Amino acid sequence: MYDFTYHRPGSFEAAVRLTAAIDDAKVLAGGMSLLPTLKQRLGRHSDIVDLAALESLVGIKPDGSNLVIGAMTRHVDVAASADVKAAIPALAVLAEGIGDPLVRNRGTIGGSIANADPAADYPSSVLGLGATIVTNRRKIAGDDFFKGLFETALEGGEIITAVSFPIPGKAGYAKFPNPASRFAIVGVFVAKTGDPRTGGVRVAVTGAGPYVFRLGEAEARLARSFAPEALDGLVVSQDNLNSDIHASAEYRAHVIVVMAKRAVAQALG
Amino acid sequence: MPVVSMTVNGKPVRGEVEARTLLVQFLRDHLRLTGTHVGCDTSQCGCCTVHVDGRAIKSCTALAVALDGAKVTTIEGLAANGALHPMQAAFHEHHGLQCGFCTPGMIMSAIDMVRRKGFDLDERTVRKQLEGNICRCTGYHNIVKAIQAGAAAMRPSGHGM
Repeated sequence: MYDFTYHRPGSFEAAVRLTAAIDDAKVLAGGMSLLPTLKQRLGRHSDIVDLAALESLVGIKPDGSNLVIGAMTRHVDVAASADVKAAIPALAVLAEGIGDPLVRNRGTIGGSIANADPAADYPSSVLGLGATIVTNRRKIAGDDFFKGLFETALEGGEIITAVSFPIPGKAGYAKFPNPASRFAIVGVFVAKTGDPRTGGVRVAVTGAGPYVFRLGEAEARLARSFAPEALDGLVVSQDNLNSDIHASAEYRAHVIVVMAKRAVAQALG
Repeated sequence: MPVVSMTVNGKPVRGEVEARTLLVQFLRDHLRLTGTHVGCDTSQCGCCTVHVDGRAIKSCTALAVALDGAKVTTIEGLAANGALHPMQAAFHEHHGLQCGFCTPGMIMSAIDMVRRKGFDLDERTVRKQLEGNICRCTGYHNIVKAIQAGAAAMRPSGHGM
């Protein structure tokens, strides 16, 4: 790892000031993606701004028809939260399946979403539930947040403070994990939102493409009938899906349908 | 260079480190606590597992400087007054090791597992919760038995039985 100057600001305002003032400042949350990247010298930054001291970014609270999770809330705490299990059990299932217990003890929701790994779990819940990303500057709709491979709508000096998830009627998350890394070869988040503007159903896929995406045809079918059988015969295009040593695009296209069905079954309890 | 202070195995320690110094490097190279092992150095194998403020983490994937003020427990800090921790004793009793390289991480992870999942652990739970620790000898069978026995032995009412 190349050396850097380390900062641990004691207030959110100081963190924002530092990241705005230093050209090459990188924000550190749980470090479960950033530190391995730095160790392999795939990344190099003059300054690291650690958010670990910012208690105001930690916590889970129901807010009307939403569940708001602070950016520095760790996966283990989302997985174990009674509020999450009551409001969006699929989100607790998702958090409990990230990496391994040691990773979940450190990794944070804000870090995962800001990093936008194409095989990370949380991005599928952001898209699948139509969540809102809250930053120090604005609120970004989940549908507008993920822009590409490790690319998001975040601008320089912009820091995620929380994620606001609308509480769905029903939701499920099913993942086919890489057996070594537990990253998603394919992960599918399905939600019956009841929001007529989106046809009432959202289906988001992670791990299969360059970044998380929605699956319109599955949404249309499930809007007509919210049952696993509604996806029988659905053929997902292999275009733009990943092919690598773990799985071909053809395989991923097939597994998307399998995982979507499992997610629907889970949502139906 | 930054100075870091923390409590390691109950004792206050202090050292000058580079910002990029990992917790495991601070423990092994600065404090000479070499019971914590580096297996893969890529956050996968769990040999470097220690407890930070009561939670098990991979010390190869944490900056020492970021843990200023933290309470750290390593494998060296488990035994009390010359007696093995119940989880260590269970690994001994059930021969939960082959070459032993992954053992410190397995034991630190197992104690965290008991904290999160309780004293009565079925085999499926143990195997699932052990996903962050890799035994290259593939000696999982006895490791799982040892963790189940160690968890039961950690139950407070079980003391003295």
